[in-house]
Amino acid sequence: MSVLVGYDTRLVVQGMSGATGAFHARGAVEYGTRVVAGVTPGKGGTKVEGLEPIPMYDTVDEAVRLAGANTSVVFVPPAGAADAILEAAAAGIELVIAITEGIPVRDMVRVKAALERDYPGVTLVGPNCPGVITPGQCKIGIMPGYIHKPGPIGVVSRSGTLTYEIVHQLSTLGLGQSTAIGIGGDPVKGMDFIEALALFADDPGTSAIFMIGEIGGSSEEEAAAFIKDHVKKPVAAFIGGQTAPPGKRMGHAGAIISGGKGAAKDKIEALQAAGIKVSPTPAEMGRTLASIL
Amino acid sequence: MKIHEYQGKELFRKYGVPVPFGIPALTVEDALAAIPQVQKESGSDVVVVKAQIHAGGRGKGGGVKVAKTRADAEEAVRRIFGMNLVTPQTGPEGKKVQRLFVEQGLAIEHEYYLGMLLDRATGRVTVMASSEGGMDIEEVAATHPEKILKEQINPAVGWQDYQARRLGKRLGLGAGPTRELVTFLRALTRCYDEMDCSLLEINPLVTTKDGKVLALDAKLNFDDNALYRHPELAAWRDPSEEDPQEAAAKEWDLSYIALDGNIGCMVNGAGLAMATMDIIKYYGGQPANFLDVGGGATAAKVTAAFKIITSDPQVKAIFVNIFGGIMKCDTIASGVIAAVKEVGLAVPLVVRLEGTNVELGKQLLAESGLDIVAAADMADGAQKVVAAVAARKGGAQ
Repeated sequence: MSVLVGYDTRLVVQGMSGATGAFHARGAVEYGTRVVAGVTPGKGGTKVEGLEPIPMYDTVDEAVRLAGANTSVVFVPPAGAADAILEAAAAGIELVIAITEGIPVRDMVRVKAALERDYPGVTLVGPNCPGVITPGQCKIGIMPGYIHKPGPIGVVSRSGTLTYEIVHQLSTLGLGQSTAIGIGGDPVKGMDFIEALALFADDPGTSAIFMIGEIGGSSEEEAAAFIKDHVKKPVAAFIGGQTAPPGKRMGHAGAIISGGKGAAKDKIEALQAAGIKVSPTPAEMGRTLASIL
Repeated sequence: MKIHEYQGKELFRKYGVPVPFGIPALTVEDALAAIPQVQKESGSDVVVVKAQIHAGGRGKGGGVKVAKTRADAEEAVRRIFGMNLVTPQTGPEGKKVQRLFVEQGLAIEHEYYLGMLLDRATGRVTVMASSEGGMDIEEVAATHPEKILKEQINPAVGWQDYQARRLGKRLGLGAGPTRELVTFLRALTRCYDEMDCSLLEINPLVTTKDGKVLALDAKLNFDDNALYRHPELAAWRDPSEEDPQEAAAKEWDLSYIALDGNIGCMVNGAGLAMATMDIIKYYGGQPANFLDVGGGATAAKVTAAFKIITSDPQVKAIFVNIFGGIMKCDTIASGVIAAVKEVGLAVPLVVRLEGTNVELGKQLLAESGLDIVAAADMADGAQKVVAAVAARKGGAQ
């Protein structure tokens, strides 16, 4: 079992004719993901190298109607990414995974409001995220597929490469993953910890959860409260940025301690108070989870 | 991106946000010449001489002077220009004042605080206001959060005038100033939105004895991701406010933050880069920087990143920590080898590679003949780099 993506996923790649989109579309196909269409405005009817059997369309609407796409992944550059997300939602796509890094906050504020108002049934993951993978079934995004193993651990993370780190540690310990979700490091995003945790809590294929947070915002504190009240499965966590200085943006647009809020210490305390075991270093994330099973 | 107060006020004026009359100056002579011009324009002898640095809290450090006469103002110009201004936000090393703003003085009735930023919990921009204006707004927020009034902007319809009227009422403004506030906030919220601001603070916002509402200060930050929409802002960048390594990193589109320690870090991914700093500190070391080379870096970009790290004289050892996803380990290895061949390697280098093309990357490093310490994993690498710094310290004594 898994959440969000699996054997039923029929993927359309938005921006498939671009170098990044094509590279990761090929990676998805090699992994076994059912990629049913590509979309780039003006490239309908053309072929993308290495992806010749996959039809290209000008619009997501065609990808849904003609190829039966139900999930989209967005590799469109920042200036057009907000438009691409809304196009997917309007076309009837149920799950939109936005990989694009560097989308202006103003654009995402509007996208989020429009999704909430007009497309409440659409789930957005990202932007600025590595994607979602259900090991052995479906890989959508930029993560290296080979480090993953099918199994019972749900992973949700604000950071891309730290997700690879935990997955690698888990796989090395013989702990496979049900699904690994990268929710991304932007301040305005789609799915947050709580939605991901709720999915894992209800998934019979998931028996324990690892969450990776970082400085900035208060999502981790909210997640801690949610876990305490709603998640019966064991949860372990790690918070990145424990040594980050206040007022400096640490790469991710969301990773900044501002006005005394968003520090790692507060997040760790909130998680521990909710009974969640927090890994002391990023090298011990896998062992920390193993210790509570 | 940050700008100076006088630049922020120029933007305010363009959007119709009322600000006092003022003249910026880059030299003492220009500042002295500005004094009579400001006095003439305002019809009053009172001028304010303000140090222009990006950090806040300038008043606390003696960087702002209200002068009642021309002689007082001239004295303030000579004292503040070139001074090393230490504020709670500059750090103990302070910041040299190289720009001044000479502004008209006002007959102030009351000082308020006004701020705008994104509320991440709702994904909406929020306007905050408080009747407790002046210098210590952080303290107000901590001790009397109920005194900070908030209005959220609905992205579907934008800022509404009723929100300004409601704020005016709750701030205790009279009918006249409330009408002024409505116009003020209409212009200000448009400025925030159109200019892709990420933070806007006016502390203080003032009402004057004659019933006007003006921005006495202007602190604006812009969303770096949206700068492509505002090419005109590039001219307002002040390189003297930027760390030289951070400026070099920006040219290569690298995410780099200078820190106080002595272990240079090169990592892919912001989360892993933060976690690498954390684990270095956990094992007793001090990171010299945060550096995320990003996902799609080329060998040339990796070389540039490596050079930025080695150009920091504080760096006593380097830790390269890579978990390749899009980033291929052989690309990292090639970039590091090219950089070392070009600039040499005077400090120990510890490299941990994992992920895409890891075997190829390790092979390249091994065949390069360079003196590189290989690490099995993140913890091993962190311990080895901390030990390398300790060994060098021991050898030097």
